[in-house]
Amino acid sequence: MALTLEIVEHIAELARLELTEEEKSRYLQQLSAILDYFEQLQTVDTGDLSPTSNIRYEPCPLRADQASIGLGLDEILSNAPDVKDRQFRVPPVFE
Amino acid sequence: MSHPTDFTLTQAIQALHSGEISSRELTQAYLDRIELLEPDLNAFITLAAEGALAQADEADSKLIEFRKNGIENESPLLGIPIAIKDVLVVKGLRATAGSRILESFTPPYDATAVARLREAGVVILGKTNTDEFAMGSSTENSAYGVTHNPWDSSRVPGGSSGGSAAAVAARMAPVALGTDTGGSVRQPASFCGLTGLKPTYGRVSRYGLIAYGSSLDTVGVLGQNVADVALVYNSINGNDPRDATSTNQPRQEINLDGSATLQNVRLGIPEEYFGEGLQAEVESAVREAIRVFASMGAEIHPIQLPHTQYAVPVYYLIAPAEASANLARFDGLRYGPRIEGVDLRDTYRATRGHLFGHETKRRIMLGTYALSAGYQDAYYGKAQKVRALIQRDFESAFETVDLIAAPVAPTTAFEIGAHRGDPLAMYLEDVYTLPANLAGVPGIAFPVGFDSRGLPIGMQLLGEHFREQQLMNAVHNYQTVTDWHIKRPDL
Repeated sequence: MALTLEIVEHIAELARLELTEEEKSRYLQQLSAILDYFEQLQTVDTGDLSPTSNIRYEPCPLRADQASIGLGLDEILSNAPDVKDRQFRVPPVFE
Repeated sequence: MSHPTDFTLTQAIQALHSGEISSRELTQAYLDRIELLEPDLNAFITLAAEGALAQADEADSKLIEFRKNGIENESPLLGIPIAIKDVLVVKGLRATAGSRILESFTPPYDATAVARLREAGVVILGKTNTDEFAMGSSTENSAYGVTHNPWDSSRVPGGSSGGSAAAVAARMAPVALGTDTGGSVRQPASFCGLTGLKPTYGRVSRYGLIAYGSSLDTVGVLGQNVADVALVYNSINGNDPRDATSTNQPRQEINLDGSATLQNVRLGIPEEYFGEGLQAEVESAVREAIRVFASMGAEIHPIQLPHTQYAVPVYYLIAPAEASANLARFDGLRYGPRIEGVDLRDTYRATRGHLFGHETKRRIMLGTYALSAGYQDAYYGKAQKVRALIQRDFESAFETVDLIAAPVAPTTAFEIGAHRGDPLAMYLEDVYTLPANLAGVPGIAFPVGFDSRGLPIGMQLLGEHFREQQLMNAVHNYQTVTDWHIKRPDL
């Protein structure tokens, strides 16, 4: 599964990252070396093991369904780069 | 009286409670030391001098009242200065996570660990330097400059909690919070001659921790010795309804009264941690420390953790995959600066492309690739299966031993720039710390010697889930008969 410049550009687009040409070629080279090293995983016999994402050794109870006071609107908006009429102002989504 | 910044945390608590020193005097002593050393070390991103002195005055009025009325002070940390790694949010104090994308972010709330320390009455000195979003092993990936190792300023302090480690090693703070996703408390503790605890996954709430790898992230403590670390850990651990992965268990109180011995404690030595690439001086110091444990009654058992070699590929697929999802929130709409593009998608691309640093972009790319259509099974899925094998290695080992002893890192602190341009070489440095995060088990790093350059050497003990008491007992026993933890850099 050799990485190509096209795949690097596709991944950058999926991740919404603008990259310079220099960055693209550097990541192509570095990520190729990293993925080559990671190929050793394919040699590990994992049989019928299922993928593990949970390392919690306790049951995970849900919280009680009770209303509580969260942050106020002003606090939530306080870090936004662009605010209008107490709302986040963003570039248009539709033409 | 020795200089206040020479105190251990335990001594500072005694001095405060007896009235020998006020919290304001203690806090000012640390602020002065920070002012003196910060230009050379760059351990902090944001200082909070004014807030710290106000918190100190508040603590002093309580301490005076307690003494006057003969009231037992039940909060040992009242009036104690502390430094916080800049990935944990402190209400009203800028939080950057070492990134330009958060250069203007002022959190409107406290992380749970921080809130619990505030309830205990601590004084927050400032936010310490870190690799961007805790992604790194050297603190070189910070957008706010590299932190220098107090033992040798041409070398890294380790990472990603390198600012916290440098601050405590240089006595710019008596103790500090860090975070450990793949070794980021233990490795800098080792490089800076400190004791650093990575608790069991879930033991300390992740609420208010700017997320990197959510199934791996833990909040830990760096201090001069295990007794100091325990005092802070005691305040921050335990169930938190705001973190669904936090333990169901209530707050644990570690007791290091010296009554626990190493008699019959079975110490496992994993052969995979003593292989090729381990610096000879590190190996001999660790083996000497194991002999000290044996002389105090521990039984030494050779063990195997056969899937250790896969920890690097497993971690560097899972953590970047989780990071690529976690960092999707940085879109230039809700916080941080925005770089306007021609449309919304272009705004996302420009903001993220310009304001994330190289290592962060590299890991987002790696993680996005590992999760993308056509590659998910081969990379992310396979890594999750091998992760299960790494967990099983630990489960089998803990059937025959109580604790596992190993080096923390293959070498002592390396030179700034040593791995520049070679991320894989940097990742391979993490091979001894990653498995504990992949299995969720607790670990503690502590100093066991120095190499011929005078750089600290650390080792780590790993334990079963929720066995922090046993881990800290063992280190406490070791530190009562050795003095490596008392040595400090000449500054």
